[in-house]
Amino acid sequence: MIRSALDIGRIRAQFPILQRTVNAKPLVYFDSGATSQKPDAVINAMNEYYRLRNANIHRGVHTLSQEITALYESARDTVRDHLNATNSREIIFTAGTTASVNMVADTFGKEIFPSGGSVVVSEMEHHSNILPWQKMVKEKKGKLLVIPVTERGEMDMNVYEQLLEKSPSFVAVTHVSNTLGTVNPLKEMIRMAHAKNIPVLVDGAQAVPHMKVDVRDLDADFYCFSAHKAYGPTGVGVLYGKEAWLEKLPNYQVGGGTIKTVSFERTEYAELPLRFEAGTPNIEGGIGMKAALDWMNGIGCMAIEAHEQELMEYATQQLEKLPGIRILGNAPQKAGVISLIMEGIHPYDAGMILDKLGIAVRTGHHCTQPLMSRFGIQGTVRISFGVYNTFSEVDALVEGLGKVQKMLS
Amino acid sequence: MSIAATEKDLLDEFELLGNDWEARYEHIISMGKDMPPLRDEEKKEEFLIKGCQSRVWLLSEFRNGKVFFKADSDAAIPKGIVAMMVRLLSGNTPDEIVNAPLNVVNSIGLKEHLSPTRANGLVSMIKQMKLDALAYKAKV
Repeated sequence: MIRSALDIGRIRAQFPILQRTVNAKPLVYFDSGATSQKPDAVINAMNEYYRLRNANIHRGVHTLSQEITALYESARDTVRDHLNATNSREIIFTAGTTASVNMVADTFGKEIFPSGGSVVVSEMEHHSNILPWQKMVKEKKGKLLVIPVTERGEMDMNVYEQLLEKSPSFVAVTHVSNTLGTVNPLKEMIRMAHAKNIPVLVDGAQAVPHMKVDVRDLDADFYCFSAHKAYGPTGVGVLYGKEAWLEKLPNYQVGGGTIKTVSFERTEYAELPLRFEAGTPNIEGGIGMKAALDWMNGIGCMAIEAHEQELMEYATQQLEKLPGIRILGNAPQKAGVISLIMEGIHPYDAGMILDKLGIAVRTGHHCTQPLMSRFGIQGTVRISFGVYNTFSEVDALVEGLGKVQKMLS
Repeated sequence: MSIAATEKDLLDEFELLGNDWEARYEHIISMGKDMPPLRDEEKKEEFLIKGCQSRVWLLSEFRNGKVFFKADSDAAIPKGIVAMMVRLLSGNTPDEIVNAPLNVVNSIGLKEHLSPTRANGLVSMIKQMKLDALAYKAKV
């Protein structure tokens, strides 16, 4: 087998948590899909913020405020470059993917979305990319149009094409499925929607940690992700929006930071992106996110992707050899996760026993209950990867699953 | 048998197994296997102890001043844990059940099942069993 060029030992050494034990066993962390671990570069940047740089941004004339404003705004530039956005006005800092989707659904729903209109989502969406749209169409007496998922775990493109014929007002789909690992043919899907002038929002929460994302190449109208799944801190994320779209959206939350001038008679709002960033933001989060993206770029997104693809391939091969275990989701293009169904074994039991062996996996429905219904199952055991995972950890998992089967037979 | 006596039995059983987590889990799983399964028509939504991962059904009835429980689960470890609780509490008076301190839960090393975020953790099982007992107590 070809091993990637990355020195994973050197990478692992940068993650303090990977040196610890769980239940007296070395920690094997296969739950990066829920949240990734953080390297020293991120931890140190946030530590340094509180020790040496803490001040509020944008309004102070004093040195600390000036310094931190410059650093925070440079984080925006880092995100812009990372996503290949046209300019920094298109990068809005939010609390995370869920907050980003809610922001678009709420503002788009307010003035642009027509009464009785429809939104196209897919059967493989995370609840965070269903509920805001469900709430919005309910208010507008409209409906959700759902792209079904095929047996292999891919979106049914024929049905998608038919749904676009129904003149929906919006398409909201995930880049990578958090349960199946499917990488969706977004560029084609967006092209098809744009041919009918329908804007597309992409939930990129499970894509940004694993691959190079280029919003201009995709031609996405909106793209959302969370920092904490991409080696950064929790509570901060991004809404990318094409400038023309963001200009059209009405205000979301208003308050400090969103204005130019205020009087009791009349308020003039700030320009993009500040108009959408009310209140003191998660400053340390923004700085941690910048450190995380810089760290990823230091390794190289292509190198991260290559390593994880090799791991996924190896894990798939090893897991397929095990009797009584089936992989849910066999799309030709997958990233980040492998979901398992174990014959006669509840995912919860498997997760509890693996935990005793120091192996952290996710069990259950992964906040994709419609997808679970689609496959008629209660849940899966989900193995999700980070760049720090190794081939020997996959071996430990395979051995652990053997023990699960033995104990529960 | 009194709750205290069954607690003592359980403690002795787990002590025999030593500190080996595998043996302890296997014992819990076997208790689940030994518990008669519920009939399909008994596995109703209304008997579910709410949780997001595994499903645990708990039924109770009141006969001759005593509460009798039966239970089932679609997962083996929760089934074993609920079987243990049924063994511990079933056949006692509502007062005895409501007042049982249940120290045994900590003593046999099931702490990880006590977390409120663990679906169908022991806490919600115990709470439901005590609530059932309380309801019968009101009827006495």
